Amino acid sequence: MFAPIEDLYRLAPELVLCTFGILVMLAEPFVPRKRSGLVAFLALLGAGAALAATRLSWAHPGTAFYGLVRVDDFSIFLHFVVGAVAVLVILGSRDYLEREGLHRGEFYALVLFATAGMGVMVSAQELVTAFIGLEISSISSYILASFRRNVPKSNESAMKYFLLGSFATSFFLYGVALVYGATGTTLLSRMDSASGNPTLLRLGLGMIFIGLAFKVASAPFQLWTPDVYEGAPTPVTALLSSGPKAAAFALLLRIFDTVFAASQLWVWAIWVSAALTMFAGNLAALVQSNVKRMLAYSSIAHAGYILVAFAARNEIGTAAVLFYLVAYALMKLGAFTMVTHLGGEGERRLEINDYAGLGSQQPAAAAFLTLYLFSLLGLPVTAGFLGKFYIFNAALKSHLVWLAVLLAINTVISAYYYLRVIVVMYMREPQKEWAATPIPRAVGLVLVLTAAGTLYLGLFPNYLMEFATQSAVLPR
Amino acid sequence: MSLELVLFFVLAAMAIGGAVSLILQRHPIHSALSLIVVMVALAGLYLLLGAEFIAAVQIIVYAGAIMVLFVFVIMLLNAGVEARTNVSRMARYVGLPLGFFLTVELAYWIAGGAGRQAPVSAGPTPTRELARMLFREFVFPFELTSILILIAILGAVVLAKKET
Amino acid sequence: MSNLVAQHPVLVVAVIKIAVLMFLLLTALAYLTWFERKVVAHIQSRWGPYRAGPHGLLQPLADGLKFLFKEDVTPSGADRFVYYLAPFLTLSLSLTAIALIPFGPGEFKLFGQRTSLGIANLNIGLLFLFAITSLGVYGVALAGWSSNSKYPLLGGLRSSAQMVSYELALTMSVVGVLLLAGSFNLREIIAAQQGFLWGWLPRWNIFASPMPQVIGFSCFFTAAIAETNRLPFDLPEAEGELVAGFHTEYASFKFAMFFMGEYASMITVSCLATILFFGGWLSPFPQIGALAWMRYLPTALLAAGSAWLVWDGIRYETLLGKIVLPVLGVVLAGLAVLIALPGANDFIQGPFWFLAKVFIFLFIYVWVRGTLPRFRYDQLMAVGWKLLLPASLANIVLTSFAIVVGKR
Repeated sequence: MFAPIEDLYRLAPELVLCTFGILVMLAEPFVPRKRSGLVAFLALLGAGAALAATRLSWAHPGTAFYGLVRVDDFSIFLHFVVGAVAVLVILGSRDYLEREGLHRGEFYALVLFATAGMGVMVSAQELVTAFIGLEISSISSYILASFRRNVPKSNESAMKYFLLGSFATSFFLYGVALVYGATGTTLLSRMDSASGNPTLLRLGLGMIFIGLAFKVASAPFQLWTPDVYEGAPTPVTALLSSGPKAAAFALLLRIFDTVFAASQLWVWAIWVSAALTMFAGNLAALVQSNVKRMLAYSSIAHAGYILVAFAARNEIGTAAVLFYLVAYALMKLGAFTMVTHLGGEGERRLEINDYAGLGSQQPAAAAFLTLYLFSLLGLPVTAGFLGKFYIFNAALKSHLVWLAVLLAINTVISAYYYLRVIVVMYMREPQKEWAATPIPRAVGLVLVLTAAGTLYLGLFPNYLMEFATQSAVLPR
Repeated sequence: MSLELVLFFVLAAMAIGGAVSLILQRHPIHSALSLIVVMVALAGLYLLLGAEFIAAVQIIVYAGAIMVLFVFVIMLLNAGVEARTNVSRMARYVGLPLGFFLTVELAYWIAGGAGRQAPVSAGPTPTRELARMLFREFVFPFELTSILILIAILGAVVLAKKET
Repeated sequence: MSNLVAQHPVLVVAVIKIAVLMFLLLTALAYLTWFERKVVAHIQSRWGPYRAGPHGLLQPLADGLKFLFKEDVTPSGADRFVYYLAPFLTLSLSLTAIALIPFGPGEFKLFGQRTSLGIANLNIGLLFLFAITSLGVYGVALAGWSSNSKYPLLGGLRSSAQMVSYELALTMSVVGVLLLAGSFNLREIIAAQQGFLWGWLPRWNIFASPMPQVIGFSCFFTAAIAETNRLPFDLPEAEGELVAGFHTEYASFKFAMFFMGEYASMITVSCLATILFFGGWLSPFPQIGALAWMRYLPTALLAAGSAWLVWDGIRYETLLGKIVLPVLGVVLAGLAVLIALPGANDFIQGPFWFLAKVFIFLFIYVWVRGTLPRFRYDQLMAVGWKLLLPASLANIVLTSFAIVVGKR
């Protein structure tokens, strides 16, 4: 009657994450307020243990629980990504929460649960399981976005995210229902062989695509992004921009690679969406004066870049997506962590002009931010450059010349707003006095790790790229 | 016409009528009531299909629990009659044709493949069979749902807890 | 029309059964109010209704007439449609619920159709019952809202919160029974309770062998009292604070409909408690030779009742009483003889025990009302969420554990 032990090994990361999530909630009331760091440490331990558990489940490839989830290189790769994101977010958020007086165990529990949900999404082989994983990660994110309860912006952010997010998940769910009606199964691997109604299947897959397109913030479903990213507590923004996006892309890849009907019909949709997304993100980012909003639009643009690789529909493209997801997570996490720190109490220093003179006042912070922005722009020696290079490569291999051209144009556009921040930091005199607080140790660690990662991937991408290429082969 | 067919048309008319009235009503309570009618009519349709368990659960969960919360919240907020704004008028002129178009399209696609639907289940699904599916093949998502509910509770606590 | 009747004899039989049951039920409802007033009065050392008819027996009739002829006021600003809908909803739902109750094991013939006691026999009877009762909230909540008045609104708000909260515990508390019976069908649930432990203790679910459902029953009955909005959980009405709660603005027959709905739900809940935990129509006595006389217990009780009525009627002060009570007594005596006849006697055993148990629960209902003070609102919520729900969950865990261990 009991599940075979192998199955539990295959689910080890999720089990660990959920267990630690519950432990964090249980521990919180017993930890004195003065030592609240212990809760954060427990959560950090949980995220670290999840990484270790991922390593453990790597040794047990195969499907679990009647084929509903599968452990393969692809899912392991993304488990490492979301696990690492969780570690970095937890590390980077403790000092923020202390500063804002928001320190509560629930925050960490929600981060861990959200990560578990993403873990389910990336290994799901079946749409109902995928849906529940999606909901777990989304609902946790809605709550996290509302964590600054007494700040109207945060409430607005959470409300918008919740409403539009529910709308998107209902699209996803309706799609699942149609697919089930067409094929009589929700298992991805069985959909092709099922003799069903092909039009209905395509319609269902289209709805699923819409639902996930919302989650990755690709046009024309990207409108929520700037408001949500701006209003959410910045560490949460860091999480939102990296983890769930990676998981949603993974699910898209999984569906499109496993179900033949999907890859046939919806390529043009991805093409259009990729082009639209890049332009929507970059053009809007040009006129932003708020750093968080600017970064939000930039993350829309990046979703567009990833979609370009996606549209390539080959293994090189998938590998490029995976590589870019890692590079992107590193630079976005770093950038948002920096913004968190610079924002100061109450997150007041968020305008680009507020960064004037940063280069001379806080050279270390300015240097870090510069590195991330260079990487986001895609200058050589950084992870962003190689990521874009692989995407170009994939697009050209699949003869998507026009999409590659559009990508190049967009990179040029984006140079304006990334470089503007750098210009302001180094070449403009400060208009206001900002108290320069020293960087806390945990935040420093996050910055060093992400910066090192960005540079490492920019200089020695081979190891990760090999892993990504190996993971890109999805078993049918 | 057989009795089943008559019942089907009655229930279908109830469901569609309820859904239309849900949109047309201007008072939130009336909309909520219309939605309850839709839910009950759907439960009736499930009964016709022989899915007794799903029918009962449909009423208990949707009509009996979720919609009660809707009504409760509307009462608590004392929400008044919805105001018609320029945007909502625009929604009527743009939304109605678009909605009509979507309906026609969906009907066309579904009808185009009529008769080619995969046999989902032969005859009525006994509750026992459903339970077997839920607790064997789908035990993983089922258990996962508990985490989902836990998060929802956590969310309620986070949002409603008094500041300390 | 005659064609339809010929084609669907099942429908015709069902309609007749519904009509008969409705008549019996509505009469029972009326006399339940009389019963309640009498019992509460005696608990409080009063006489209760005494003027309308002998022993106040005509009081329900008088009440009904009064409700019919009172002026029917609709408050200004009320949402008319919803205001009228609410009492209809309450009454019709609580009357529908009775349709699922089986009253006895026997079958009889009607127009050549073999049919059983009780109107519908569904595989998911219990779930369906919960489905219907779960809709009951709307009557109260909508009545409170549509009256356009503050006390009803507060009452309606309280009630929807209360009923939703207690519905959880109510539904959870019967899961133990479902685990033991392995069916949602009410008849099968009763059938699963047949037999005796050690030869004398009935194997009813409340005493069932792997895990007696004592916790389950306590939770069920407490939650059920709250679901029916009866004291000590009658906060939606709470006349001390809210005038009359959700039905403050209702007068005349619409008020009577709420009233009848409440009593019909009481009957449904008592029937359910009987079926789920106390063996339904099963006799509490083992079928052994020494207890064979038990089958004449209904006759004996009726005979005793008729004797008392005749004796009491002769001594009664008013002339009406002197006539009516002995006549009633004679009718009862006739019935007693009738059910002693061999054929009828077998048939009557099930319904007799069923109704006897239901009567006991109704008495408990009234007894509780007469003796317990009302809860405060926060206490009510605390009891529901912090006591009943965990207890009923614990009951599920214990029961399933006991069943698994018992099977080993």
